[in-house]
Amino acid sequence: MFDSLKVRLNQGWQYIPDPRRAVPAGFKGRPVISAAPCGTGCTKCADACPTKAIGLEPVRIDLGRCIFCTECVAVCPEKKFEFTPETRMGAASRSGLTVSAGGPPPSPVDASAALKSLFGRSLKLRQVSAGGCNGCELELNALANVNFDLQRYGIEWVASPRHADGLVLTGPLTQNMADAVQLSWDAMPEPRFVVAFGACAISGGPFMESPVLDRGFLDRVGPVLYVPGCPPHPLTFVSAILDLLGVG
Amino acid sequence: MSSLTALAVDVPGLAALDARAWSAEVRAALARGERLVTLYGRPAEGGEAAVTAVLQAPQGGLGVLRATLPPEQGWHTLSREFPAAQCFEREVHEQLGVRVADHPWLKPVRYEGANLRKMKDYPFYKLEGKEVHEVAVGPVHAGVIEPGAFRFMCLGETVHHLEIQLGYQHRGVEGLLLKGDPRSLTPLVETVAGDTSIAHAWAYCAALEALAGCAVPEDAEASRAFALELERVAMHLAGLAGLAADIGFQQGASTYGRLRTTAINTSMRLCGSRFGRGWLRPGGSRAAMDGELAKLVGANLALLAGDIAVINRAFLGAWTVRDRFAGVGTVSRRAALELGLVGPSARASGVALDQRAFGAGVYAALPVPTSVQDSGDCWARAVLRIEEIAVSLKWLTDALERTRTFKPERAALGALAPNRLSVAVCEGWRGEVVHCLETDARGGLLHYKVQDPSLRNWFGLAFAVRENEISDFPICNKSFDLSYCGNDL
Repeated sequence: MFDSLKVRLNQGWQYIPDPRRAVPAGFKGRPVISAAPCGTGCTKCADACPTKAIGLEPVRIDLGRCIFCTECVAVCPEKKFEFTPETRMGAASRSGLTVSAGGPPPSPVDASAALKSLFGRSLKLRQVSAGGCNGCELELNALANVNFDLQRYGIEWVASPRHADGLVLTGPLTQNMADAVQLSWDAMPEPRFVVAFGACAISGGPFMESPVLDRGFLDRVGPVLYVPGCPPHPLTFVSAILDLLGVG
Repeated sequence: MSSLTALAVDVPGLAALDARAWSAEVRAALARGERLVTLYGRPAEGGEAAVTAVLQAPQGGLGVLRATLPPEQGWHTLSREFPAAQCFEREVHEQLGVRVADHPWLKPVRYEGANLRKMKDYPFYKLEGKEVHEVAVGPVHAGVIEPGAFRFMCLGETVHHLEIQLGYQHRGVEGLLLKGDPRSLTPLVETVAGDTSIAHAWAYCAALEALAGCAVPEDAEASRAFALELERVAMHLAGLAGLAADIGFQQGASTYGRLRTTAINTSMRLCGSRFGRGWLRPGGSRAAMDGELAKLVGANLALLAGDIAVINRAFLGAWTVRDRFAGVGTVSRRAALELGLVGPSARASGVALDQRAFGAGVYAALPVPTSVQDSGDCWARAVLRIEEIAVSLKWLTDALERTRTFKPERAALGALAPNRLSVAVCEGWRGEVVHCLETDARGGLLHYKVQDPSLRNWFGLAFAVRENEISDFPICNKSFDLSYCGNDL
């Protein structure tokens, strides 16, 4: 009894009051690329990038591929790259995930009036891992802990796709999971939507060149939300989903 | 020197045995008390298969036995005498088509290669009888968790047999590891089993450094060990949160869960990732810690130790918790040894196996006492993880006393030695992570074998639920806390 009270007392209040303003110290998140000119013919950043996320002229990073390993920071002679602790980098379109040299930061996700009226006060999500490494899965689980407390917004994980409004996909979509992903989607009642969570789901990530993927499902059903990271910070997901639903 | 259990040998110096001599030597080694660390194969010249057994003596020394054999000849199964070999023989058969005569159940371990998407061709083991009924679970489960299929053969509420069918997560890891520069594989290695990023990265780095003849700076090695224990604390806390949630002990679920946040945020302060990704690289480490940050890390460790002690008292002192876990999902010491279980799954059954205990490198200066529990049930696996958290926190605190700063530093990595086989074994939070790298005559990477402890321990779970109620499965599963993608690769 006393231990129980002491646990409660030690815990205090752990929740993050405004997830959209929280900046986790030390996190390597949204990159900034300076407009400083590159050395002639220099391709060091693109060469060092393990997931081919960097394009040149102008230098740009595709956050859908980026795994935030910061190898580009280490190799750039002009010190153009910086990874900030900013977690807010979800996008409603694939093209919205590009960060360009000297360009403005990607804009927050625009609210969808349709989704807000449907799910703004209650959203049930079903997660399916299709080759996820348990990094994304752990961060999605963390959303329900006392720090992020996703339930306060009426957003909850459900056990059955029959109860779900949204399908949150993680992993690069393996061939061995292709049928199960499609069956999960088919079992969901309309209206419904897909969220691609993490570099693997968005682009294949470190596994993009694997011959044993089947990403056909994402070609057939485009995500309404892309949440970048490897794995994404839970705050990246909270901000993106709240922005999309126009909540708060 | 490396802190991991490691071995590097010249391949031409290995006696290439024929199948009969090889299996006789493996049998003899196992019979005199050595332990099978891994057994795997790769294609060799002329359509043959090169098969490697890595054995460990009780004092920790590793040995290698290599055979070159025609796949259609294969060998007579070791699994009937030494059940620990069962998953390895299935894997070699699946990957190379090597015949393993008289193996009890040569079902693929992950449905790769030609087996991809042919799961229906390999039916579940069936029990006959009027009272038998089957319960099918998965591959998609009822939580935020990786996929895998479980088939329970039940008599009433009692599970007579559980068959675990995996492979849904197969991403072709071992094939991808052979593409590109072998010195730049860390980002891929960190996602083999993403909750074990540090242990896999360290095993890769150590095996690669042995091939490149690279001496890692002492500070970098200390920083790696620091990362490994933070990962262990974080994942043991995640496991305890899951166990508490599964039995409705909500205070445990929320408290262990939020304390995990403190642990992973400490890793994030040191390397930018909550999973320690980017911390390790071949030749050294990229983590940075100055005196100020060391104070914060120290404060986090103190907070963890203090708060965990209180929730532990509440958790372990609740009769509801003990009653739910005690006597459920028991694996005897003998069964754990025969099945070749590793890590906490073995130590909870009285098997004192921990690679850190062999005292190499950083573990010589600062040893890690091995935690062991005897009862082999869910209670033992929970208590063991609680003990290991305490040991790791103490170790981290002591390590921080000695080292207040980490600076990113990497020794240069030269060319890889040709025709060499390198094995590194790292005691991750789930057990030993094994990476075996072999070079060809020009120093290119010829073969890369990755082994997550889950490959061996999944069978321990199947064994543990026998004769238990089917409603006990979730806590048994969580108490083992195994990786699907680590098995599926």
